[in-house]
Amino acid sequence: MDDLQQFKQTFFQECEELLGDLEGHLMALQHGEGDSNTLNAVFRAIHSIKGGAGAFGFDRLVAFAHIFETVLDLMRDGRLQPEPDSVALVLHCADILSDLVRAAQSDSELPLQHEEEGRKALIALAATIGVNADPHAADDELAALDAELAAQAASVAPPEPAAEPEAPKAALLKYLVKFAPRDALYQRANEPLILIRELRQLGGFLAKADASTIPPLDQLKPEAAYIRWEFEIETDRGEQAIWDVFEFVTDDCDLEVTCLNPPAQAAAAPAAVTPAAAPAATPAIETPKPAAAANPAPKSPPVAAPMQQQAAPQQAVPQAAGAAGAGPAGAGAAGGEAAKAVRSIRVDLDRVDKLVNMVGELVITHAMIAQQTEHLHADQHPELANGLAELSHHIRDLQESVMAMRAQPVKSVFARLPRLVRELATLTNKKIRLEMSGENTEIDKTVIEQLGDPLTHMIRNSADHGIESPEDRMAAGKPAEGLIHVSADQRGGRIVIEISDDGRGINREKVMKKAIEKKLVSADAVLSNEEIDNLIFLPGFSTADQVSNISGRGVGMDVVRQNIQALGGRVHIQSRPGHGSSFILTLPLTLAVLDGMVLKVGVQSYILPLANIVESLRPEGDQINVVANASQLLRIRGEYVPLVYLHRIFKVPGGIDDPTKALVIIVEMEDGSKMGLVVDEIIGQQQVVIKSLEENFDPIRGVGAATILGNGRVSLILDVAGIKYIAEHETHRPAAIALQGGKAQPGIALAAS
Amino acid sequence: MASYSEAQNQAGNQAGNQAANQAGRGSRTIQLISFTVGNEEYGVDIMAVREIRAWSETTPLPNTPEVVRGVINMRGAIVPIFDLRARFGMPRTEPTKYNVVIIVSVASRIVGILVDAVSDIITINEDEVRPMPEMEQVSGIGFMEGLITVGERMVGLIGLDRMFSGRMLEAAEMGQRPLLAGPSAESAGAA
Repeated sequence: MDDLQQFKQTFFQECEELLGDLEGHLMALQHGEGDSNTLNAVFRAIHSIKGGAGAFGFDRLVAFAHIFETVLDLMRDGRLQPEPDSVALVLHCADILSDLVRAAQSDSELPLQHEEEGRKALIALAATIGVNADPHAADDELAALDAELAAQAASVAPPEPAAEPEAPKAALLKYLVKFAPRDALYQRANEPLILIRELRQLGGFLAKADASTIPPLDQLKPEAAYIRWEFEIETDRGEQAIWDVFEFVTDDCDLEVTCLNPPAQAAAAPAAVTPAAAPAATPAIETPKPAAAANPAPKSPPVAAPMQQQAAPQQAVPQAAGAAGAGPAGAGAAGGEAAKAVRSIRVDLDRVDKLVNMVGELVITHAMIAQQTEHLHADQHPELANGLAELSHHIRDLQESVMAMRAQPVKSVFARLPRLVRELATLTNKKIRLEMSGENTEIDKTVIEQLGDPLTHMIRNSADHGIESPEDRMAAGKPAEGLIHVSADQRGGRIVIEISDDGRGINREKVMKKAIEKKLVSADAVLSNEEIDNLIFLPGFSTADQVSNISGRGVGMDVVRQNIQALGGRVHIQSRPGHGSSFILTLPLTLAVLDGMVLKVGVQSYILPLANIVESLRPEGDQINVVANASQLLRIRGEYVPLVYLHRIFKVPGGIDDPTKALVIIVEMEDGSKMGLVVDEIIGQQQVVIKSLEENFDPIRGVGAATILGNGRVSLILDVAGIKYIAEHETHRPAAIALQGGKAQPGIALAAS
Repeated sequence: MASYSEAQNQAGNQAGNQAANQAGRGSRTIQLISFTVGNEEYGVDIMAVREIRAWSETTPLPNTPEVVRGVINMRGAIVPIFDLRARFGMPRTEPTKYNVVIIVSVASRIVGILVDAVSDIITINEDEVRPMPEMEQVSGIGFMEGLITVGERMVGLIGLDRMFSGRMLEAAEMGQRPLLAGPSAESAGAA
């Protein structure tokens, strides 16, 4: 049961990947960039999902995928042209398919009519060229196949009447097909009988099985492939049709197709294609080799991944075989793709995390050694100095490699966006085009996982508030179709994601009015354009006149900001009224490492996350105002920021009390409010490895986590929200601060538990 | 008052019994590491001890009770150090390099206990652990599991599970609230 569960999980993981790839290919189709390879890729993805779904008994999914696949197959064959309408249908059906996959994954039932419309449209589309894609026929066929398999009917029955009308008329040619499966073919759960049945449908058929290589029973290996076949096929469908039958197994068998009565003009072409198309098509039958020797590879997959090998046939085979199948179109590129598919393994994330941690330790240990040897003269200990320099170099390489292991292209999040935009366009009756760039930019997996929701929110915001209706756009002299551009880019150790639209931009007057109305800013406040734009990130802010289905409940943008800040990132908006707005999101490359500023307060040093820092300054005396004899406010560019003394909050002895002699760091909270943190000095910027404090202790307010500095000492990473909380709860009692400043009394009697 | 000490006594008895029950019925031997705090000697179950290390400067944790000395870096793990002397209601230890930190694992956490010195490894029969006698409410008594006599010495057996049960901050600050005025209790409570 557990095994099955595990296989299922693998299947859904693959579905996720396949659906992601699918979106990419569909985008290409939609933009008219698709070629036969794209269609092939789409077909294979659907086919793989169908195959896996069949294995787990997701019948609805299988039934729908089957019709879908039939239509795609027709497109692939060129019998259906990828017109805008049919492409739109394919896109729509891909959405339905992914719904069905999710429903299967979450064990929930979608309403039956969910796929009905798409199903009917597909059948109708197929019917336009006279193909019956009805699933019930398919069901019967599947059932018949099952029965046949169960009965182990190994001999080949006379051909069924081929149910493929309207095939392009071509000369009836006779082919000799030599088919010798290798062990791997069976190991990947392929069934030659299915292939033979499919082959038989091509036309007149004669099959010969060569069982001569079957060894005596005591030498027979139950998992080895012994039987080879020769088929004579008379068909008008061309040689490619034969190759197509074997599309998914070409890597796992020796296959040879020769035309026995080539017409003069057709003779040259297939002959030229054959060797390139099938590197595996060595004349295996003429020079028989022991099957095991011919293909030892399947016997020695990496031991770490046997489960995946078995569980992933659906994925591995189509990729490899698909690339080979695409051979006639572009053999060179396809070969490379196949090689790439084989060269990846699935690794448990925990193992990678452990590695990341160990490298973190190594970085710290190295820093310690380097610090210890600092006072030694390099010319007296040249080997030590060289060794350390080399070590440092290697560690940096190692760190980068390990981080790269956790990194994933943002493509996996971006892949969901086209569908989102399509749905939003339908819901809002707008025309929206989505463009994406930099999908291959890599970010830490954890960041990616948590990026989905904020990104969705921002796209919704752009589609709902940014892009105007087609009429308004025309009136403003813009094309009717709005554009949302999503890009990802790596800039200086951080990832920058930008979501821009060419809509109406932010209506600053309206935003300001709303903000005053909701008492988010005072009525007489003077804010810069940028500050007004960024008001939309405040909690409880929404300017939508009508609360729409999509956005406008006022929970959007502040949650976005919170999510992004929780990831150690920042988000802000730039807007040009009438020309559109852009959300700019900067994220750290990884969550294991944090960019921090090392601060000194009294005898202690702390790390302040760089993401929180707006600026630092040493204020002039007249910039400081005292309110209610206790709270100090720093006036900076017309804004009043409360001053918070870190040494008072944390009761660190020896901190500087005079803000004009200390340093004020303006930090920004998750809710957008600001605070001036008073510290003694800034020591410098440093990348630190984040260590949990809660592993062995309890959470402490004002402290987010800990890290280990180069000298081996623990340093605490500040949590500004917590510091603000303490500050707010102590400013009410200014006297208490003074009392707390002194040492707590010794000799306290502790009560028994 | 009488009922109070009676209750205490009962608790003490329970503690002793519990210690005995934990080790199983009959006379199984247990091993303790004993250490000194001032003139007193205490012991903890050797099975809980991960390592013993010399005192090194800690990084203080803000707004935590006196008992919490801060955290140290133990091969990459952040380990909190508790001052046993302060836990007993005495002034904080003024540690020197001769002071010792006993690293123990308790309830899947690793913590350090700052003591004066390690003195001995004691092997005893568990039925030699005597329950805490009836006595006045004294801080620290709640986590004592019993008393052991080794020659002329009396060793207090510390129940680590009791000492670090639940949230550590609560365990650490127990009893400090009455004397420290509001702010500390509140800020510690807030943390």
